[in-house]
Amino acid sequence: MAALPPYAGPLEHAWHYGFRIICGLIFLFLIMPILVIVPLSFNAEPYFTFNENMLRLNPDAYSMRWYADIFNNPQWVHSIKNSFIVAVFATLLATTLGTLAALGLSRAYMPYRTAIMGVLISPMIVPLIITAAGMYFFYSKVGLAQTFPGLIMAHTALGTPFVVITVTATLIGFDHSLTRASASLGADPTRTFFKVIVPLILPGVISGALFAFITSFDEVVVVLFLAGFEQRTIPRQMWAGIREQISPTILAVATLLITFSIVLMSVLEGLRRRNERLRGIRPT
Amino acid sequence: MAEITADQTVITTADGVPLKTRLAQAERRKKIAAFALVLPLLAFILITFIVPILDMTFRSVDNPVVAATLPRTLAALETWETGKIPDEPIFAILAEEMVAGAKARTIGKVATRLNYEIPGSRSTITKTARKLKRIKQGPYKEAFLKIDKRWGDPDLWARLKQIGSPYTLSYYLAAVDMRYDAEGSIVSQPEDRQIYVPLFWRTLWVSMLITVLCLVLAYPIAYLMATLPTGISNLLMIMVLLPFWTSLLVRTTSWIVLLQTEGVLNDIAVWTGLIGDENRLQMIYNMTGTVIAMVHILLPFMVLPLFSVMKTISPSYVRAARSLGATPPRAFWTVYFPQSVPGIGAGSLLVFILAIGYYITPALVGGRTGQLISNFIAFHMQKSLNWGLAAALGGILLLGVLALYWLYNRLVGIDNMKLG
Repeated sequence: MAALPPYAGPLEHAWHYGFRIICGLIFLFLIMPILVIVPLSFNAEPYFTFNENMLRLNPDAYSMRWYADIFNNPQWVHSIKNSFIVAVFATLLATTLGTLAALGLSRAYMPYRTAIMGVLISPMIVPLIITAAGMYFFYSKVGLAQTFPGLIMAHTALGTPFVVITVTATLIGFDHSLTRASASLGADPTRTFFKVIVPLILPGVISGALFAFITSFDEVVVVLFLAGFEQRTIPRQMWAGIREQISPTILAVATLLITFSIVLMSVLEGLRRRNERLRGIRPT
Repeated sequence: MAEITADQTVITTADGVPLKTRLAQAERRKKIAAFALVLPLLAFILITFIVPILDMTFRSVDNPVVAATLPRTLAALETWETGKIPDEPIFAILAEEMVAGAKARTIGKVATRLNYEIPGSRSTITKTARKLKRIKQGPYKEAFLKIDKRWGDPDLWARLKQIGSPYTLSYYLAAVDMRYDAEGSIVSQPEDRQIYVPLFWRTLWVSMLITVLCLVLAYPIAYLMATLPTGISNLLMIMVLLPFWTSLLVRTTSWIVLLQTEGVLNDIAVWTGLIGDENRLQMIYNMTGTVIAMVHILLPFMVLPLFSVMKTISPSYVRAARSLGATPPRAFWTVYFPQSVPGIGAGSLLVFILAIGYYITPALVGGRTGQLISNFIAFHMQKSLNWGLAAALGGILLLGVLALYWLYNRLVGIDNMKLG
């Protein structure tokens, strides 16, 4: 694909470029919705379309008013705060539990490995509406519905599969003689864990943590059922905005979230490269 | 271990314990150590996730309300002859229990429960319970019949007896458009009330359509990325990963902005003269909107597994095929395509599993006609409060998804799931 072979005929030439145009359109389909939202969030008018002044790049047609709106609205501020509280605690819990489990799962002596793995991954597979319904009934019964601990527990459960998957993947290439070497040099298991194992699996742990964070940060179905007004998160607030009255403030929030995901994505990419370097995989 | 004991002499360690025993001990210790690491998460998932779902599934067969509120009436109805109006003693017991139920505020639930079986019968119960408070003594039979003549209908009594059993399959029957008739045999719902079986079919059909569309769109770009040099393909990868990492609600919002009648795409079409201003296309708040938005949201889940499989396919095979005289389409179809099938399988199953249980996008952009099974579960959870039916619909959906998950695990293996 990279370059056309010299023996290619005219038909093949046409196909070569036609194929690239098709691919370009598909990439446009993927990226367009995200690109469209960003300029519209700076619209001075409360509409969702580009007006002539915007297209002429007239500075008066653009404004930051919807951004100011977010921070002047106590409901949005409250939901931003909530989102971070829930996501941070859920991520910490999910990363701790998930990393420990991944360490156990990648040991050769782990009994019932496949069955247990199946159970641990299931929160990712079961449709969210079923998870939300089940949690709603059960957490109400034990008094955890409409509380922060309840919501954090729910989001932890949803985030752990990502941690388990990424850390297990990091451990596939893990050289177990390193831990034996460490032990033979007199380190106790705790010291071995923090000095030898942790630095090596850290990229996997952090990328798992990022996945867990974004899962909680972006989750809305469970929040819809489990959170009260006090626990409203950003997605919940957006949901209400889209359903009730869609205002450009939502586009401003969306743009902030896109920026945020670009930052997270860059961190993840950096980690992936570091991981490959540590494990001696050369970029091909 | 068979090799160790093959020569019949028992090898022992320095302190005289057979080596086999020691080995078993050591292995057991290692097993326990490995399991101990997994245990905290396993316990956490069981308590916060598995138990709630089992609890919900139990709710789909659980039927405690009538049995708890009217226990003596149900006991009395045991000896009642079906097809007749019961006698005074049964009416007297029912009156007593209904007054007690009205005081304890449980009679409303009984009314709701009966209403699922006989639509419109809610008022019969609530009205009777309300008026009974003022009637201090019998004969109750006449009083009941005066309040609502439905009490003279033996079918009503048959239903009351039917829903009195503490466990029921009637929610599952309702979820597949069936019901018990008054005699207790299973019949299908009348034609105009069959909504769930068509809904399940629609969900399956839409999920399949989305899967196919995702495959059609993902295959070319995955192929392009797999064959381009790493630098360019990494850049293109960002275009796949950025939507993947962007909040679901952000993407749904942007589709609303793009597709609505006053939205960007319609504006462009009107501006370029493709369509007139008066017949702008209705592309959202219907099935079209659901399909477009969901294909966009699920596309990365198809691209990533396809890409990771295609990257391992060596270009020399296609080159060899060409050198042996195959035309490009033939070389692709007989040499390249079969090697990419594992990626197609993994991606399609993943997209299908995710599509079949999708809730958010259909709820926001589906309008009235673009709703899927999940939306009806949410409807019965939040609006109609028919939790038994919600649990039964959820139970069927869960069963389907678990079957697909099992298949995915068999074919692909959950360990091989690729993220980002």
